[in-house]
Amino acid sequence: MALVEIRDVYKSFQREEQRIDVFTGLTLDIDSGSFTALMGPSGSGKSTLLNLIAGLDKPTRGTVTVGGKVVSAMSAGQLAAWRASNVGFVFQSFNLLPVLTAYQNVELPLLLTRLSKKDRDERVKIALDVVGLGDRAHHYPRQLSGGQEQRTAIARAIVADPTVMLLDEPTGQLDARSSQEVLTLLQRLNNEFNKTIVIVTHDAHAAERAKTTLHLEKGDLIEKPRGAAAVGGMR
Amino acid sequence: MKFLRLVVANLLRHKLRTVLTIASVALALFLFASLRSVTTTLAATAQFGGARRLVTLNATGLVFPLPLSYVNRIKAMPGVTNVSWANWFGGKYGDGKSFFASFAVDPESYLAIYPEISLPAAERQAFAQDRTGALIGKRLITRFGWKVGQNVTLQGTIFPGDWTFTIRGVYTPTDPAIGDDVLIFQHDYFDERIGRAGIAGWYIVEIADASQAPAIAKSIDDMFRNSSAPTKTGTEREFQASFATMWGNVSFLMSTIGLAVVFAILLVTANAMMMSARERTGEVAVLKTVGFSDRLLFTLVLVEAGVLALTGAVIGLGGAKLLYPAINFNGAGFLPGFKVTTSTLIIGTLVAVGLMLASGLVPAIRAARLPVVQALRKVE
Repeated sequence: MALVEIRDVYKSFQREEQRIDVFTGLTLDIDSGSFTALMGPSGSGKSTLLNLIAGLDKPTRGTVTVGGKVVSAMSAGQLAAWRASNVGFVFQSFNLLPVLTAYQNVELPLLLTRLSKKDRDERVKIALDVVGLGDRAHHYPRQLSGGQEQRTAIARAIVADPTVMLLDEPTGQLDARSSQEVLTLLQRLNNEFNKTIVIVTHDAHAAERAKTTLHLEKGDLIEKPRGAAAVGGMR
Repeated sequence: MKFLRLVVANLLRHKLRTVLTIASVALALFLFASLRSVTTTLAATAQFGGARRLVTLNATGLVFPLPLSYVNRIKAMPGVTNVSWANWFGGKYGDGKSFFASFAVDPESYLAIYPEISLPAAERQAFAQDRTGALIGKRLITRFGWKVGQNVTLQGTIFPGDWTFTIRGVYTPTDPAIGDDVLIFQHDYFDERIGRAGIAGWYIVEIADASQAPAIAKSIDDMFRNSSAPTKTGTEREFQASFATMWGNVSFLMSTIGLAVVFAILLVTANAMMMSARERTGEVAVLKTVGFSDRLLFTLVLVEAGVLALTGAVIGLGGAKLLYPAINFNGAGFLPGFKVTTSTLIIGTLVAVGLMLASGLVPAIRAARLPVVQALRKVE
């Protein structure tokens, strides 16, 4: 059974007088433990798809189910609670809170849990160690390199042990070396920790690290997924 | 509590702005507390007065004297237990800039009628026996460094000339409204110096039964109605209240200024909060993505506003509460017993809570309602 099930999803935006249809009946499955790259030109709906899976946006029609929960039917309050424990989101521009240290940034999702300070501390340390930043815990984002900031963001995304990790252009602002480090880390998370990862990227090299690549164009899947880890369905 | 660090971190993001915002709130509430305390002190002064004391003035006005011969006639009235008299002096000390209240009084009867003026028996006796002796409030000791036995010279303003008195005692008022920076001296000496014996500024009439005050007051005034100096008698509280009203509509003025100041500061604080919230639109979106609920973000922003407002309140209101007693403030003698009352502190705190809501509510609602996707699009 697929971890993420997108069924006959329609999504449109109203921009002034114009209605923009992003998806018109998209259907897609993403399996648990898969590493999927979403590629496509700007405006093809990659980020919108990521937002729908994360429950940050709602489809105009259709259903989005993650781990058996119908995300598209949840209220705002339910979504917030669901996201806290099920989604690890990584942004292109890192989006760490500049007033918090790396440790405190990583701890943020755990503040929403009932974990004790000791348990939170343990988890944050593990997450930072996994991304190789155990020695940078008390550095502020401005004291970190771009690659280190993105690895901190990844630590924040994995610290609550989410069901799915969603990454929107995670290497978009990194130099080649940092990009490789981040991608290697993602592969490790997928291979060693069996994390389900969906990554939006324009970078073919980044997509090559994924087990499955899906191409979106004008809201449609135009290519069947490569590899066996994910089963993509298209209209 | 685990979210408090997030609130504190946000407040420390722009330390100078936070400090200035807290300082502006503190200043606003300090001014509010100070101005309201003027009003409450005036009101408390107007409430001062023994229930069994009446004051008789010349019906024409306070500046017109009464014949001293009225003493025995008033004293003889049924229900009257004692009568004393006093006269406003109004001298200045030193370089002429140091002013404090001074009265000529009849020592024995005056101190008998005013048990609130507390002093050692020996000093009371010394004062009564020295024609040029004076009693002073303890504040004048600290203000001028005077000592018992010292000669001090006042420059008369209404009654010109240098008036030298020997300090014979220092009193401590048991009721703050009576003032602790007053100099009183013998009426006999006053009569002698001005060469107009037999007059009194006003009478203080002690009665046996407070419930008889209106009737006795009427009897006194009726007795002198057709004399050359008709009287106007009322309770001491009415007398004090008439002094308070001499300030004009001070209470209204003070309240209006106080509210205007608080409102102005409210705008400053609200603006600072709005700026702070606008700068963090992206961060709010990120927090929502992480899983922070709308309600939690609403609370965090409001708590932030609350920390600003309440810290300012503690500094402003606490500062006013501690500062005035520390400097022994009494408004140059016009505000005896000046203090920041508990009711002022409560109202000030409510103002701070109002400030918190007014400045934090809009940013908090905006944070809660922020559409994540649009906000992220701007950030990304």
